[in-house]
Amino acid sequence: MVKNPRWIVYSLIFIALLFIPRILSIHDLMLFEYGITFAIVGLGFNLLLGYTGLLSFGHGAYFATGAYTVAMIAKYLPQAYSLEILIPAALFFSMVLSIIFGFVSVRHTKIFFSILTLSLSMLLFALLFKLYHITGGSDGLRVPLPTLFGMSFKGIRRPEFLLGTYYYFLLGMFSVSFLVMKGIVNSPFGKALQAIRDNEVRAELIGIRVRRYRLYAFIISGMFVGLGGALWTFVNGHVTADLSHWVFSGEIVYMTLLGGFGIFEGPIVGAIIFTYLKLYAMGNTQYWMFVIGGTLIVLVLLLPNGIAGAFAGLWTKIKKVIEET
Amino acid sequence: MLTIDNLKKHFGSVKAVDHVNLEIKEGEIVSIIGTNGAGKTTLVNLISGYIKPDSGRILFLDKDITYAPPYVRIKLGVGRSFQLIQLFSNSTVLDNVRIALFSKYGMIRRGLLPADRYSSVTDEAIKILDSFSMSDKKNLTPKGLSEGDLKILDIAIAFALKSKLLLLDEPTSGVATNDKFKVMDSIVKAIKKEGISTLIIEHDMDIVSGYSDRVIVMHEGKVIAEGKPNEVMENKEVKATVFGIVS
Amino acid sequence: MWVIYTLNGLYFAALLFLISLGLNIILGVMGILNLAHGSLYAIGAFIAAWIVITLGTKVPPFFLYVSLLSGLVGVAIVGFLMEKSLIRFMYKRTLEYQLLLTFGALMLLEDVIKMIWGGQAYYASAPFELLGKVDIWGHVYPTYFLFVMFIALIAGLCIWLFMSKTKLGIMLRAISLDREMATGLGLDITGLSTFAFVLGSGLAGLAGALVVPTTPALLGFGHEPLILGFIVVVVGGLGSLKGALVGSLLVGFTRSFGIAVFPEIELPLLFLIAGIILVVKPEGLFGR
Repeated sequence: MVKNPRWIVYSLIFIALLFIPRILSIHDLMLFEYGITFAIVGLGFNLLLGYTGLLSFGHGAYFATGAYTVAMIAKYLPQAYSLEILIPAALFFSMVLSIIFGFVSVRHTKIFFSILTLSLSMLLFALLFKLYHITGGSDGLRVPLPTLFGMSFKGIRRPEFLLGTYYYFLLGMFSVSFLVMKGIVNSPFGKALQAIRDNEVRAELIGIRVRRYRLYAFIISGMFVGLGGALWTFVNGHVTADLSHWVFSGEIVYMTLLGGFGIFEGPIVGAIIFTYLKLYAMGNTQYWMFVIGGTLIVLVLLLPNGIAGAFAGLWTKIKKVIEET
Repeated sequence: MLTIDNLKKHFGSVKAVDHVNLEIKEGEIVSIIGTNGAGKTTLVNLISGYIKPDSGRILFLDKDITYAPPYVRIKLGVGRSFQLIQLFSNSTVLDNVRIALFSKYGMIRRGLLPADRYSSVTDEAIKILDSFSMSDKKNLTPKGLSEGDLKILDIAIAFALKSKLLLLDEPTSGVATNDKFKVMDSIVKAIKKEGISTLIIEHDMDIVSGYSDRVIVMHEGKVIAEGKPNEVMENKEVKATVFGIVS
Repeated sequence: MWVIYTLNGLYFAALLFLISLGLNIILGVMGILNLAHGSLYAIGAFIAAWIVITLGTKVPPFFLYVSLLSGLVGVAIVGFLMEKSLIRFMYKRTLEYQLLLTFGALMLLEDVIKMIWGGQAYYASAPFELLGKVDIWGHVYPTYFLFVMFIALIAGLCIWLFMSKTKLGIMLRAISLDREMATGLGLDITGLSTFAFVLGSGLAGLAGALVVPTTPALLGFGHEPLILGFIVVVVGGLGSLKGALVGSLLVGFTRSFGIAVFPEIELPLLFLIAGIILVVKPEGLFGR
């Protein structure tokens, strides 16, 4: 692991990230934190898309589950409102939901799978929307600052919280997610998923129980996305039912494609860029959906491997040229 | 080792496999020949579990696997390769074989350590590639391999499953005539070393007579002849139906 | 009241039928799942609403109904443009790209609607009111809903006749059954695919146009019909016209009775039924 030059790059980037709060303004830092939470989402989502070959258009459901777990505990169980409880709870409920939805969905493939996952997430959306007594409906629920291992942040305003402790907590969670996903993807389990993606028939005929492993991938990805959702709530301060709407799920897919789903780091790059792209578009025109939609179309047509993918391809070409001269 | 008892599979009016009986003993290399559409690939599909029969039984090591799902049969020791090569197109040659080993050893649940850390499995994969003379290509992906190499890889994957019974569907089809014997030599060498029973579907009669202990002839879903290669080749009915020679 | 619920069920089914028929034609012939199908429905509604409002009382009532067809025509044109500029690049690509492209198109169209028609609601209730009410087994029921069912029926019949009796329809079916073979038979795949997309889009537009006298055209209009359309397609079977009919009836009645009994239960109940059907028959009721 130490021999691999990649890890040197990763370590350098990590160290650089430690200094970010000193460099960025509070507004930019918030943006960056949004990006990091979506990077976690993207890593999880890509396990299912890039590595297992399944395109879910309903992963917003797990994001919403993680987010609403936090918000509901804030509202109904304030005594338990501390990060060390919130994070495992979010993971737990995302796991439960992804087991249920996953079990139904992985029996189908391709178009059916996409439609099913989309529809199931809309089911959750409908529930969150209509049961407004509990969930706040379209108004949603507020998310106050949590405690962390007894450290209370009462009296601190949200920006200071985000600037300080929370940034490092978030960075820590991201690093853990990164390492865990790296491990999963290179492990025998990860190889089995890729085999399923590449040749389902052959995978079955070397003894891999395809449906079951797809479900495992589904659950793990759901949990990562739920974690991202939970972490996101503190930056946003507010959760709404839209998080489970299929258009939001579509944004998750968008980010992953933007960065490139063929590379491990792709979704991370995509998440950060998309966050900035969306906010830039929203800040500059009321027709931001046109901009985002148009960009997506251009992207699909011209850069099918995503931005990171295009860079990787470029890098390979450069290496070849260097080798030949 | 393998017993097929009155197996039947019809696709509508097409009698793909029509009351077939056959037996394969331990360590035997048996070839199946016959015209196109005689039912050979259907038979292999039935044995490997890709499709289920209408009636009849398949017994492997005295266990009834007639309706067992593929992963059960693989666990018991049935492996197969494909006529149209079926590889994991985006994985390296090493990974193609290694994943089969991980599956065989029930290790695909291991989700945290990198696959490379599992040195015994990795070494074994390299050894297998070695016995097929492919270990120098271990980091290439299927896109960078010749047709013959793709075929060998396909068979190496089946081989990695430590099968007791190997089903090879036209192992030399698509391979240049000059290379056919080279390919078969490395395959049969590896097979004989482990004492694996093998069922080969083949069209090339030189290959069949060169490597088989026994030959089975199928025509329109039925077995019409069985025996040693030279006996079968002299059989009048076989000559007429398969070779189109009327005497 | 059961009479009313049943009639409402048929009304919903009629609209859904048009929508899912369109989806199925595009899916069957082109193998493309158009996520922007709901947006096309919305555009149909806006075009029709705008024309009906503009014409207002200046024309005899009959023309108001004819003008609803503007939704169909307008969206057919949009579909044509869409196919020529975007969709045709998608045939060789994988599912991910298709869904993403149409998703991008959805976002684009959503804002195009905003750009042209702004954010307000368009009420075009004249066609609805003009038809008045009718008495069915002692219950008063708006005639317009029957009109919609009638149109949907006609449309369904036309499509069925088209698909089974005309040369063009048979060619479309040939492509949906086996694209490669159809190419081998010398069929003009490109032209026929464009036609299929235009036809499918037009049906969505027609549905939107028909619904606008009863509900105002708003932003976000197309989202729910899209989801319901998907459910119909999944339950009825991909690419099956019969499936679209049966699926629409199923979803329509579930919706109608569900809303009447307990509004919150409508969507979950729908999913429950859909889920059960899919467990028993994963390819849908009439799917291949």
